[in-house]
Amino acid sequence: MNSKLILGLAKSLLLARWRQTLVAAVGVTFSIAMFITLLSFMNGLNDLLDGLILNRTPHVRLYNEVKPSENQPVNMSSEYKASYNFIKSVKSGISRKELYNSGPIMQAVRADNRVVGVAPKLTAQVFFNEGTIDITGVINGIDVEEESRLFNFQDYVTAGSAIDAKNVSNSIILGKGLADILVADIGDVVQVTTAQGERFSLKVVGYFQSGIQEIDKVQSYASIGTTQKLLGQPANYITDIQVKLRDLAMAPAVAKEYAQLFGADAEDIQTANAQFETGSNIRTLISYAVGVTLLIVAGFGIFNILNMMIYEKMDSIAILKATGFSGRDVNRIFLVIALSIGFFGGFLGLLIGFGFSLIIDNIPFNTAALPTIKTYPINYSPVFYFIGGFFSLITTYFAGYFPARKASKVDPVEIIRGK
Amino acid sequence: MQDIILEARHINKQFHDPVTVQVLTDITFSIAKGEFVSVIGKSGCGKSTLLYILSTMDTDYDGELLIDGASMTGKNDAALARIRNEKIGFVFQFHYLLNEFSVLRNVMLPGMKLNKFSEQEVEHRALERLKMLGIEQLAHKMAYKVSGGEKQRVAIARALINDPSVIMGDEPTGNLDVKNSEMVFDILQQLAAEHNQTLLIVTHDQSFAEKTGHIIEMEDGKIIRN
Repeated sequence: MNSKLILGLAKSLLLARWRQTLVAAVGVTFSIAMFITLLSFMNGLNDLLDGLILNRTPHVRLYNEVKPSENQPVNMSSEYKASYNFIKSVKSGISRKELYNSGPIMQAVRADNRVVGVAPKLTAQVFFNEGTIDITGVINGIDVEEESRLFNFQDYVTAGSAIDAKNVSNSIILGKGLADILVADIGDVVQVTTAQGERFSLKVVGYFQSGIQEIDKVQSYASIGTTQKLLGQPANYITDIQVKLRDLAMAPAVAKEYAQLFGADAEDIQTANAQFETGSNIRTLISYAVGVTLLIVAGFGIFNILNMMIYEKMDSIAILKATGFSGRDVNRIFLVIALSIGFFGGFLGLLIGFGFSLIIDNIPFNTAALPTIKTYPINYSPVFYFIGGFFSLITTYFAGYFPARKASKVDPVEIIRGK
Repeated sequence: MQDIILEARHINKQFHDPVTVQVLTDITFSIAKGEFVSVIGKSGCGKSTLLYILSTMDTDYDGELLIDGASMTGKNDAALARIRNEKIGFVFQFHYLLNEFSVLRNVMLPGMKLNKFSEQEVEHRALERLKMLGIEQLAHKMAYKVSGGEKQRVAIARALINDPSVIMGDEPTGNLDVKNSEMVFDILQQLAAEHNQTLLIVTHDQSFAEKTGHIIEMEDGKIIRN
C-alpha cells in the first residue's frame, strides 16, 4: 500500500514535468541504443574477422612434424645411460610426413563425442606451369563433403562448384589470385609439375577466394584421390587429420590427449591463432568502454535533471515531510523517479538499438576480400541486451541516488519559513 | 482534570549561524483537548520557531515536548514523521498544496500515508471533510486551479483527514483578504466548538487572537502572557 502510494507520487511528479522526463529518458534511450548498436556491430565484425580464419581452421590438427628425434640413439644405449651425453649438430631425420594408421585414428576420433567431425587432408608442393614460367603453389587434397560440412569450404568457392572437385576426375579448384596469374578460366586445363618431377594436367572446376590474398595466390584444392595420384602415393596416405570440436575451448586439452594417444603431433586452434583472440578481445574492450561512457554521460544528464527537479519541488518535498512522509519515503520517491526513467528509457533504447542493428544488418557491404559477406555483419547476442538493460538501471540508480538523498534531507522548516 | 494533548517543558532554542542567538527561553505551557489556542507576538519573537519545534519538524532544541503524553524528544526521523502524519494536522500561511494532484488527492495524501483505511475509505473521508468545509465541488479540480481562500480550506481539509490530536497553523490567514480570513477563522472556530478539535494557531493578527479561547503571548523568546 505504502509502496503503491510512493509509486503513484513518483508517477505524478514524473508526468507533471513530462518534457524534462522525456529529455532525461531520451538521453538514456540514446545511449542504450548506441551501446547495443555499437556492441552488436563490433562483435559482428569480430565474428566475421575471426571467422575468416577460425571457421576454416581445424580446432585440433594431427600431423607429423619434421623435427629432430628427441631420443637420440646414444641416449637409448644402456652403456651410456649413467653418463650425460652431449650431442652436437643434431639434424632432423628423414621421417615420413604421413600419419601412421590414419584410418583407425580417424575412426577413433569420430567415435569421440566431443568431436563434431573429422576431415583428412594432404598437401602437395607443386609448380604451376604457365608457358615458360613456373609458379610455386600448394595443392590441398581434401574430402570435399566433410570439408564443406565442417569448415564451410563451399562458401569460399566463388565460381564453379566445390563438389566438382570430387566428381570430375583430375580436377582442381584454383585460388582466385593464382587463377588470375595463370589466366585460367573454368573448364581450362592447367599444367602442374610435382616436386618429384612428374607432370600432370588438371581441369579447373572452380575458383577459391578466402579473403586473404596471399593465400589465394598460392593455395588450390583438389580431391584426396587426385592429390595422392600427384604425389604417387597409395590411397591411405594422409598428412593431416583436421578435427572440429563441439566446444572450441576444449581444443588445448583434446590436442594434448590426442598427441599422446596417437603418437602424432597435435596443434590446437588457440596456439595456432593466438593473435586473433587478442585482437577480438581488445576490440570488444574498446566497444564496452565507449558504451559504458555513453551511459555514464546519460547518467549525468539524469543527475542534473533530478537535481533541478528537486529544487523545483522543494515546496512539495517540504509539504510531504510536514504531513508525515519520512526522509526515507522522499528518498524512495526520487529513486523510483530515477529508476523509472532508466527502465523506460533503457527499454526503449534496447528496442531502438535492435532496430539500428537490423538496419545495419541490411546495408549492402560488398568487398572482394570477403566473398561470403553481402551486408554489414551484426551479432544479435542477447548478452548485450542484458548488459545494456542492467547498466541503464545501475547508472540511473546512481544518478538518482545523490539527488534523492539530498531530497530526503530537505529541512521542511527552512522551506516553509523561507517564504 | 482535562486531557493534556500537548505539553512543552522548559524548551530552549539557540540559532548558531552566524552568531549564537537565544531564540526561545524556558518555554513551558500545556494545551488541553478541545482548546483553541493562539500564539501571538511581534515578528521575530520566536513564535514560528516554537511552532516548528512543537510540530516535531525542528528537533534541534533543549527541553522536552510531549504529545498525547508521549515524549517526542530524541525520536528518529521516521518515528517523528509517523507522529506528524497521525497526530498533527498542518495549515500554513502559503497553502502548500501539491500542484501535481487534484484537490481530492491532496486531501487524501496524508490518509494514504497513514495506511489505516483502504483507498476507498480515505477517499470517502476526504470527500466528507471537503463537504464539511463547503468545497466538495472542487474535489476533482487540479490544486493550482483553485483560488487562495479555497486553497486554505483544502489545506484545512487535508489537516483533518487523519483526525489529528492537534491542528497547527502558521499564520493561516496571513495571506488572505478580510473576507477569506474571516471564513477561515470561522471554520477553525467551528472545528473547535463543534468537533472538539484542538487548535494551535500562530498569528500576529491581534483581532484573530482575541477571539480564541487561550492566548499565549510571546516576546523575545519568552512567554509573557499565558
